[in-house]
Amino acid sequence: MLRCNNYVFAKSLEEAYELNQKRNNAVVGGNGWLRLRKRQWDTVIDISELGLDNIEENDDVFKIGAMVTLSDLEHDPGIEKYTKGAVRESLMHIVGTQFRNTVTVGGSIFGRFGFSDVLSMFIVLDSYAELYKSGIVPMHEFAKMPYDNDILTGIVVKKTPLKIAYSSFRNQSTDFPVVTCAIAIGSDKITTAIGARPSKADIRTAHIDELKDKEGYAAKIAKSFDYASNLRASGEYREHIAEVLIKRTLEKIEVSYGN
Amino acid sequence: MEIKLWINDKLITDNVEPDMPMLEFLRDKGCYSVKRGCETSNCGLCTVWLEGKPILSCTMPLMRANGKHITTLEGLQNEAMEFGAFLADEGADQCGFCNPGFIMNVLAMERELESPTEEDIKEYLTGNLCRCTGYMGQLRAVKKYIEHKRGVKFDG
Ligand SMILES: Cc1cc2nc3c(=O)[nH]c(=O)nc-3n(C[C@H](O)[C@H](O)[C@H](O)COP(=O)(O)OP(=O)(O)OC[C@H]3O[C@@H](n4cnc5c(N)ncnc54)[C@H](O)[C@@H]3O)c2cc1C
Ligand code: FES
Ligand code: FES
Repeated sequence: MLRCNNYVFAKSLEEAYELNQKRNNAVVGGNGWLRLRKRQWDTVIDISELGLDNIEENDDVFKIGAMVTLSDLEHDPGIEKYTKGAVRESLMHIVGTQFRNTVTVGGSIFGRFGFSDVLSMFIVLDSYAELYKSGIVPMHEFAKMPYDNDILTGIVVKKTPLKIAYSSFRNQSTDFPVVTCAIAIGSDKITTAIGARPSKADIRTAHIDELKDKEGYAAKIAKSFDYASNLRASGEYREHIAEVLIKRTLEKIEVSYGN
Repeated sequence: MEIKLWINDKLITDNVEPDMPMLEFLRDKGCYSVKRGCETSNCGLCTVWLEGKPILSCTMPLMRANGKHITTLEGLQNEAMEFGAFLADEGADQCGFCNPGFIMNVLAMERELESPTEEDIKEYLTGNLCRCTGYMGQLRAVKKYIEHKRGVKFDG
């Protein structure tokens, strides 16, 4: 349960940032994860009145506000079109409709959770975390940055022409994933992310020539990551599943984009 | 903190602790259909509508509802009875504890999806857990309810 002495609606990003510098304060996105932390906060900072709940699209980019819900992202027609359903596929297995109507893109990306489908998906896109103080940071760099007291205001996705697909493997629907896999193929390179290993998603980039031998590519890339065991699966099992997911995700790309 | 909101179209003003969960607040106001089935935002039993959208009242911060409308099962008695009859006809539930959250989500789905397929139904309702049953009776009840509401035969 979320416990706090004060609940403040920030009137500006500067106010939110100032408040967030205190160790006993925290920003609340959708409260899905924050409420599970067993501690009493002094001030919980609500950023829902700062206009961060829109998805803007122009010819070159999408700007997705931090307070956009996972549902709104899942059902955005522009994102659907650009990713040919890959973003929807990455989100639709997360808990349930009501949950995704409640939790946010900002909390999901800022959290950089090991199991995150959301991070696994965005890390292969030409996407950037937009931070109030640190500015625009490429997603794969943001994924590795230490947790600090900045405010994530949104994410930017450039409409770089990519062939994109997403797959995850779960022991049971709506559970956390055992392994996640996102692939984006550009004009000369292929980027593959494997997440929930159970550590968080990371990427491997290769020249598209490597796709001449898809089996070989899948085996090599799957092997290049480190895996560990937890109560959902062993590391060995994860590595095996990762290889299968890479192949399946490449097949999905062939189906939706042609060869 | 001062809060002013509508619960089932009735205007309520109150002074609440800053960390009052929406779920307990609604129960305090007499909405006993709203129940807590888990501690991890997983079960869907606490489902209510915020401005017509199904959300988890165990999770959504209460103060976000300031100035807004919350709907609980108490505010949808006629529709709930109508759908409840379909559940009963299919012998869908056993202990019935999961029903309030499930019905809230079924009624939201009925409003949101124009002509859902079986896959759409499963996807929409998958966040409502039931510990007693295997969901088959519920699925039959939902399909028959949709047929009844749409006046068409279910083809998904
Ligand atoms: C039971 C359960 C199952 C889940 N299953 C999955 C799953 O299968 N796949 C998956 O990908 N995810 C899963 N998640 C994670 C979920 O999708 C969200 O990512 C998570 O709830 C965090 O989002 P939130 O909006 O609730 O953020 P919150 O819980 O409110 O915040 C998360 C953290 O980020 C900070 N924060 C929030 N917003 C900002 C911001 N704008 N700037 C700076 N800091 C911020 C908070 O202080 C907090 O530390 C699950 C979560 C739960 C509780
Ligand atoms: S009480 Fe279980 S999801 Fe809210
Ligand atoms: S009927 Fe008992 S939990 Fe669903």
